[in-house]
Amino acid sequence: MQHEYVGTAQIILGVIARFWPVWLALAIVLIASITWKKRLGLYGQLFDTGVGIAGVVICLFWLFTAIFSATISPFDPLAQDVMMKDALPGAITGDGGVYLFGGDKLARDIFSRMVYGSRIVLIIAPAATAFALMVGITLGLPAGYYGGRIDSFLSFLANLVLAFPVILLFYLLVTPGIMDTPIPYSMAGVFFLFPIIFFSVLFYTRYKNRPERFYPQIAITLILGFWIYAGLVFDADPLGIISIRPNELNIFVAVVFASSPGVFRIVRGLVMDIKTRDYVAAAQTRGESPWYIMLWEILPNARGPLIVDACLRIGYTTILLGTLGYFGLGLAPESPDWGTAIKDSSRLLRAYIHPALPPVIALMSFVLGLNLLADALREQSLKD
Amino acid sequence: MLAFVVRRLGTMALTMLCLTLVVFFMVNLEPNLRKLSISQLDMRSSDEHIESWLQRNGYRDNFFIRYGRWLGVVQKQPNVNAEGQPVPRFSYCNEPAEPYYGGILQGDFGCSTKFKTTVAAKLFPALGATGILMFWVMATMVPIALLIGILAGMREGTRTDRSLSVASITTTATPEYVSGVIFTVIFASWLGWLNGSAASATGPGGITFSNFTLPVMTMAIYGIGYIARMTRASMVEVMTQQYIRTARLKGLSFSSVVVKHALRNALIAPFTVIMLQFPWLLTGVVIVEVMFRYQGFGYTLVEAAGNNDIDLLLGCSLVSVFVVLSTQLISDVGYAYLNPRIRVQ
Repeated sequence: MQHEYVGTAQIILGVIARFWPVWLALAIVLIASITWKKRLGLYGQLFDTGVGIAGVVICLFWLFTAIFSATISPFDPLAQDVMMKDALPGAITGDGGVYLFGGDKLARDIFSRMVYGSRIVLIIAPAATAFALMVGITLGLPAGYYGGRIDSFLSFLANLVLAFPVILLFYLLVTPGIMDTPIPYSMAGVFFLFPIIFFSVLFYTRYKNRPERFYPQIAITLILGFWIYAGLVFDADPLGIISIRPNELNIFVAVVFASSPGVFRIVRGLVMDIKTRDYVAAAQTRGESPWYIMLWEILPNARGPLIVDACLRIGYTTILLGTLGYFGLGLAPESPDWGTAIKDSSRLLRAYIHPALPPVIALMSFVLGLNLLADALREQSLKD
Repeated sequence: MLAFVVRRLGTMALTMLCLTLVVFFMVNLEPNLRKLSISQLDMRSSDEHIESWLQRNGYRDNFFIRYGRWLGVVQKQPNVNAEGQPVPRFSYCNEPAEPYYGGILQGDFGCSTKFKTTVAAKLFPALGATGILMFWVMATMVPIALLIGILAGMREGTRTDRSLSVASITTTATPEYVSGVIFTVIFASWLGWLNGSAASATGPGGITFSNFTLPVMTMAIYGIGYIARMTRASMVEVMTQQYIRTARLKGLSFSSVVVKHALRNALIAPFTVIMLQFPWLLTGVVIVEVMFRYQGFGYTLVEAAGNNDIDLLLGCSLVSVFVVLSTQLISDVGYAYLNPRIRVQ
């Protein structure tokens, strides 16, 4: 099939031009951050090193790409233009548009798919990490603080999950058939309860003697918590705002399940270290309740390593999502996420290499950005 | 020490028991059994046909009895046809005509419905193939990673250190399916030096440089960065110790301080990291073997999972869990053995 092509320089310029909302937003955020660097605490200190700046810029780039993906992408990521099957980068479509990175084997625009793919990754990866953190913290605090039987039991469970190779876990947990069974829903029901428990206990331990602050906070937590809970687990949000597709719930649950034991182990280790400190002994002497000490004395002092771990873990979750996509588990076959795109294109590498490179580079650069960010944060927290 | 190892072995056995029970439960979920029976019969089988097949082959027996049979603590009953003659369930696996104990404890892994042979005949050659791959991965990954880590950690904060650190961060950000695609594009499609598929490595041609380099490279690169960073951190810590300063002040050259005094102590931490790298390598093996079509353990696992081949999948999980737990044990024992401070306690 014959196509008209634009030149390499025009492709590069075209890509840069398509990303204009991202450049604009990046410029605003970066100028603002550098101007008020001194007041921004840990975030501001990131701008002291080259590694930190690189990490922040790459992460923000993908964040804004995900937010503005509808504006950036010139085509619908699922639309097929039969003429453009396997078109090389820069091919011009019938009605004058340009397939900047070419077309894939189903004649879809690779550039638009890459841009839309960021949206899937940037919604699921941080959210799954946040849930994994909640589960890991809520279970890791008592395990480290009390020790003994609770610790042995919870550690045994965590080691059980960690002894599973991730890929086997996914093959068992993320299959089309499993959605007919109540397993994903009951797992979701357990996992999504943890944030509600966490915040309720957090506010209760602090404000139980000050009803005027406690009641509004606990009310907001419970209403918000159970609203989201109803939407996610039972798909019964009364307002119809929060809903999740069954296959996405399945992926979400599997990823949380796979990464919370890691968080648990880190939190447990940190707590065992911190609980020997003097301020913990002081709080115990004051007669504070164990959960107050865990949540308001130990947890804030463990935040440094936890923030670093959260950054690395978002990257790791991105890799896990890519693995799921690569094995065709869970995500819809036409989904534009990077893992699925890599799977589709890597089978055809002998014939065409251009569909493989954009998703590969996108995934790699996003994870790299997160790792650089984590590295810079670690350096900063070591300085304190 | 002995009590510690015995207790750990006990925990290990308990973990394996729990995990196989979980896997057994998952593979026997209704949709999975349906998938299995459809793959054994044919696509258009009626529901009654499927049900009678499941019934006849014992998939409808009590869950715990079936788990006990797989484990080898409950007798397996022969299959009896309408005339009262014993017939084997699957024609490709021998089955005694009288009740017998035949499970994991007796060393019988069962029967693979996908590959139409016994699990042992499929699984162990595949493990051998993966063992070769793992050996070459370790043989390239460990020396390179240690070298990078030591060079970077030797003089903290220099330009070498910074660039090597960024390089190792980059490799930890490159999962196997990404580096595999990049390497295939560069070395197979573009330069044409290497073969983009390792399918011929398990065939008559055997392993050659051109079909085996890409899988090994792809797997090694993801681990290198992590081990190198751990080595660097450990090296940096050792280099600030008093005894290193003493050695420098008594006039030894920098290189002999590094080789004789720092290296041994700096390598204790990476040892455990390398051992704990095995669970990651198992996932990597699956991706790389599927990507390069190498017929090893990972490929077998994917085939077993995709077709719900119950006995083979259970065998695969048992092997992988065993590998993960025994490397953990080796890393703990080895750490205590290598580190004099822990050994004395």
